[in-house]
Amino acid sequence: MKDCANIIELIGVRKVFDDETVAVDNFNLEVKKGEFVTFLGPSGCGKTTTLRMIAGFDIPTSGKILLNGEDISNLPPNKRPVNTVFQKYALFPHLNVYENIAFGLRLKKVENTYVNDAGQTYKKVQKLSKTEIDKKIKTALEIVDLEGFEKRSVSTLSGGQQQRIAIARAIVNEPEILLLDEPLGALDLKMRKEMQIELKKMHERLGITFIYVTHDQEEALTMSDKIVVINDGEIQQIGTPTEIYNEPINTFVADFIGESNIFNGTVVGKLKVKFCGASFDCLDDYEINQLVDVVVRPEDIKICKPGEGQLKGKVISSVFKGVHYETTVEIGKFEIVIQSTRTAELGSIIGLRIEPDGIHLMEKVYTVNKYDGVITKTNTVEFGDGEFECDVTQLYKNSTLDEEGYLITESGEKLDLTGTEVTVEVDTHDILMTDDEEAGGAQGNIISMIYKGDHYRYIVRTEENEEDYVLSCPDLWNTGDLVGIIIPKEKIKLTLKLTEENK
Amino acid sequence: MKKFRFNRSQLCIPYAIFLIFFVIAPLIVIVYYAFTNGQGQFTFNNLTGFFANPNILGTLLYSFTLAIVTTLVCLIIAYPTAYILARSNFKKKYVLLLLFILPMWINFTLRITALKEILSVLEGNISEYPFLNSVIGMTFDFLPFMILPLYTSLLKLDKNLLEAASDLGANKFTVFLRVTLPLSVPGIISGITMVLLPSMTNYVVLDMLYNSTYIMGSLIGSYFSAYDWNNGSMISLILLIIIFIVTLVTNRFSDKDANNRGAVL
Repeated sequence: MKDCANIIELIGVRKVFDDETVAVDNFNLEVKKGEFVTFLGPSGCGKTTTLRMIAGFDIPTSGKILLNGEDISNLPPNKRPVNTVFQKYALFPHLNVYENIAFGLRLKKVENTYVNDAGQTYKKVQKLSKTEIDKKIKTALEIVDLEGFEKRSVSTLSGGQQQRIAIARAIVNEPEILLLDEPLGALDLKMRKEMQIELKKMHERLGITFIYVTHDQEEALTMSDKIVVINDGEIQQIGTPTEIYNEPINTFVADFIGESNIFNGTVVGKLKVKFCGASFDCLDDYEINQLVDVVVRPEDIKICKPGEGQLKGKVISSVFKGVHYETTVEIGKFEIVIQSTRTAELGSIIGLRIEPDGIHLMEKVYTVNKYDGVITKTNTVEFGDGEFECDVTQLYKNSTLDEEGYLITESGEKLDLTGTEVTVEVDTHDILMTDDEEAGGAQGNIISMIYKGDHYRYIVRTEENEEDYVLSCPDLWNTGDLVGIIIPKEKIKLTLKLTEENK
Repeated sequence: MKKFRFNRSQLCIPYAIFLIFFVIAPLIVIVYYAFTNGQGQFTFNNLTGFFANPNILGTLLYSFTLAIVTTLVCLIIAYPTAYILARSNFKKKYVLLLLFILPMWINFTLRITALKEILSVLEGNISEYPFLNSVIGMTFDFLPFMILPLYTSLLKLDKNLLEAASDLGANKFTVFLRVTLPLSVPGIISGITMVLLPSMTNYVVLDMLYNSTYIMGSLIGSYFSAYDWNNGSMISLILLIIIFIVTLVTNRFSDKDANNRGAVL
């Protein structure tokens, strides 16, 4: 027999909609019986689609959904022992509270065992009797705390009451899994808090597996046994609320769960990382010169006297938030947000201390280099301590350049691009290195090389402002080499920065 | 002098004028004629005459039968059509919907004349099937009025409710029977109202199909063309009261679904 500890398993589930958008991809998840699992992610991340596939409203394009070890991927919703609590309740407006809850019970057939006159037992599949239905509905209404509401019309109920009826309607069928699709989204804050606690209690009391979908990280942290963080249709991290909060696996998770300060850092020694112009002890072990994302929670930063901590900066804002102050400190070109019961006067210089366990390092995953750039007089672009030729006509659709170097837009408008701020993106494999350091648009030293199977990944750092170029190259170079950076004109992708003017 | 100020209640002046001249005044005239005789004296003879005349009662019964059959035929054709139009993801469904509404844009006389020609080809002597032809003619004429309210109410149907029903264990047929159908009742009611009442009186269709049978409309017409305004008015008045009662009954039905009253046109 198969191991049935996992009540539901999703194996390589992928969902592509008609318009070829990939909603969910490579989704692998195991849920144990009785767990409270939360799918957490921003809207449009595929969490609801996944839930709908478990419920049976959507069929996966590929992959399998196993319930107690059996493949249910293609079963219609009415054949699955799962029930859903819908975001907008979806109560039947033509039925009263009693009939709404009874809807599923009336369709249910159970096997009853009887003894006939001859003393033989026989089995009969039949519908639930009126008294059984009455009893179950009474219990369900007790669970959701709405006794005596049987005869009410659903349109006379408040949002919170409708939500409870929707829950009662689902749990009365004693499903193996209860699916909840942002059930508290339409309630006000106070009501939502109350319902969170009640749902959690209900979960403990009923012992049913709950799969809960929300975009509210606080809700997820409060209620779940296990959180599945989803972004762009893919699982980012699976873990307990504590794991997700304290050990986020990447910057997305760190940023989505709670507030975070995220910096670019470099590993400068054994358990040592450099960011914001200072060096810190940390607990994550990475190779030297590895580029990392550094995540520091606002509450992990301590305010101290200037000179005492690792960092020193000027207070540029301080807001009282009830329990704590939120202080923003400017350190050079960086800003750090601190949550603490202590704060400091606006404009004063303070020191900041971060303990090693407050610093979380994550390996940077590079696909593109991104820079802030400025267009020059000669229609080249300056970024990353260098100047490169580029095609500025890509900034405006169907535009052309006249002989004086002005840009003519589609509507015939004449633009002078000098000084225009742009975002520059270059793919890692579109950057070339050259021995002749004067030949490139920028120069720098190779500070890191990692062999990636079929190519090396190099990081070239400029001297002036320590800007980094990450690039892939099949040839072998040496660390420390001074090289020129060449980027083909057509590979530089420019986008206009959103300024107040053209927002 | 007091400055003229625009007031929202002034917006109803055009309708009030219309109402007085074309609804209230004619109604008073009808009531006056219904309760007077040719010499202008007050009398109940017209009323008693209505119920004493087996011809009139027969026509009333025939009209009712014709109207009910027409309505049923319309409903049977319109419901599946509206259901497919509203529920399917079929990309060309608006074209299909347009095809059903398109006849309404073609002149009525032209449509019925065309129908007459088609029926002549199919049946030979069309005067041999008066009832059948009346039903076909009226269905042809009134079908869009049945499809539209049904389409609206089915379109408005929350898809979540259907999913909720199947989630709770209902198969497709049960979902239709227990959710879709009850929730489209307001659409059905307004469709029935819009087909049943006009098909009791629309005798032009019958006339144009060379139909010798009488319905209420033709009966009233014949009285008026014989200058018997008093009896004609009385029949009109009684028909008006019958229609009023039917409307009351159907409205009571749709009032039960107060939530979905929006679908009643």
